[in-house]
Amino acid sequence: MKAAWIIAKKELRTYFTSPIAYVVMTVFLVLVGFFFYSLLMWFNSQSLQAAQNPYYAQQMNINQMVFGPLFNNMSVILLLMVPLLTMRLFAEEKKIGTEELLMTSPISVGQIVLGKFLASFLVLAAMLALSGLLAVFPFLYGNPEPAPILCGYLGLLLMGAAFLAIGLFFSSLTENQIVAAILTFGALLLFWILNWAAGSASGFWKDVLNYVSFFQHFDNSTQGILDTSDLVYYASFAFFGLFLTHSVIQSRRWR
Amino acid sequence: MIAVEHLVKKYGDLVAVRDLSFTVEKGRIWGLLGPNAAGKTTTMRVLTGFLPATDGKASVGGFDVFAQADKVKRILGYLPEVLPLYPDQTVTEYLGFIADLKKVPSGKKKDAVARTIKSTGLEPVKGRLIKNISRGFKQRVGIAQALVHDPQVLILDEPTIGLDPAQIREMRGLIQSLKGERTIILSTHILAEVTQTCDGVVIINEGRLKASGSLADLTASVEKKDGVTLRLRRSLDEAAASLRALPGVEKAEREADGLRVEWKPGSDLRDEVARLAVEKGFGLLEMRPITMNIEDLYLKIVSGGLDQ
Repeated sequence: MKAAWIIAKKELRTYFTSPIAYVVMTVFLVLVGFFFYSLLMWFNSQSLQAAQNPYYAQQMNINQMVFGPLFNNMSVILLLMVPLLTMRLFAEEKKIGTEELLMTSPISVGQIVLGKFLASFLVLAAMLALSGLLAVFPFLYGNPEPAPILCGYLGLLLMGAAFLAIGLFFSSLTENQIVAAILTFGALLLFWILNWAAGSASGFWKDVLNYVSFFQHFDNSTQGILDTSDLVYYASFAFFGLFLTHSVIQSRRWR
Repeated sequence: MIAVEHLVKKYGDLVAVRDLSFTVEKGRIWGLLGPNAAGKTTTMRVLTGFLPATDGKASVGGFDVFAQADKVKRILGYLPEVLPLYPDQTVTEYLGFIADLKKVPSGKKKDAVARTIKSTGLEPVKGRLIKNISRGFKQRVGIAQALVHDPQVLILDEPTIGLDPAQIREMRGLIQSLKGERTIILSTHILAEVTQTCDGVVIINEGRLKASGSLADLTASVEKKDGVTLRLRRSLDEAAASLRALPGVEKAEREADGLRVEWKPGSDLRDEVARLAVEKGFGLLEMRPITMNIEDLYLKIVSGGLDQ
């Protein structure tokens, strides 16, 4: 674990000495801020109308009307941002020749993979934590439920981790960062919308497609539902991605 | 300290190294010499554990490079052909990272980095980003990277490539100064490198061992030729004919800028040759003994004239 942390520390430093982390985080926060503002404004105008209609006022729920859609928007932005966070991690090492240094050091491939994953995960966590500051305002001026919000964030964090593992895998396949980013984005999007195909499938395949797709699992957490099957899904996705990365790097030495 | 036995490495159908064997004793600097694409880098990559061998065995410090890779990696410093530098780190930061990576205890890390910076002459650039320093300094950072954990064995792949003549000389001095306790293998396709820095040499071509041994042994193993090269002012053809008539002379032929005269090894006909040249008035300008230097040796070995 100590060895993995050495790699993670170096990666974190590289994230923050290059513009990548700042650019990704800023763009993410600006977009999230914009979505949050729009949703909140819409909720405000709805509240004004609801003031004249007691029945309608009963239905007003900031968790469902602002945070639910916001989490959905954030997940789509993550889909675009994660490939940018992971594209460099292995592609760059291969391109500049430092891979040979890592592989001839007394550190295992598993520790290298874990270290790089950890670094990108911490950047993702920091990014989500900063976006969490937005939630302060509804708490100052209203009374949202904190539990569903935390649940939504946990969902984002876990799904982000699975995204990162996929990104790491594609970065290990190529020495070109752009290729890594595009492949990651394509794969993530495909897994995201896989459940669309479930509509025309039936029986066993319908269940499989629904289960494999990110959409179904993430939808639960935006509504404040934390299901163990979702946790297992994210964890196995992340584990699978890291395992593939490990295999790719290990196998390259055999060619 | 380093032993390679019947090493074979194939990349698919391409055989990069075939049946290579050699040993290097502790405290020696050996050169791995061969033309480009001879299999030098591949051999080194196997020794460092970066690539597994297809067949055969290799050990460093008594540890098998494959089965005990982790132990080998701890006692080994490696400078790959492509410098493994992170352009966005400063020299000190980079060496600190390497020290962590090579498991230098955190208490000794600072000293190790400072010592390495000093011994490789990186003092003037230690706070600068690696991308902003010159090629010569980058090469030194590459060496420093291999040294920071004070390894017993150093494997340097083309340590002087891309340097200017003054830097090459400095680099050779640096490598010489690392000798002592350490065992060093360096690869090169430049002969002067071997004659000036190494104790012994392994010459390979197309993945095959062509010759190995100490420099003195190798030069001695070549068929001895005695003779002189003459430069004369006039009558080269006439001189050749009369020299050929001298008893004991085996060969006298025109060369680019003079005459090459050879005689039986062991005898010394210099007096006779000089006397003849003066008496006949050929206008003797220069007389130089023929020696088989390492370059002739190398070319001969690589072209396949001398198989061991």
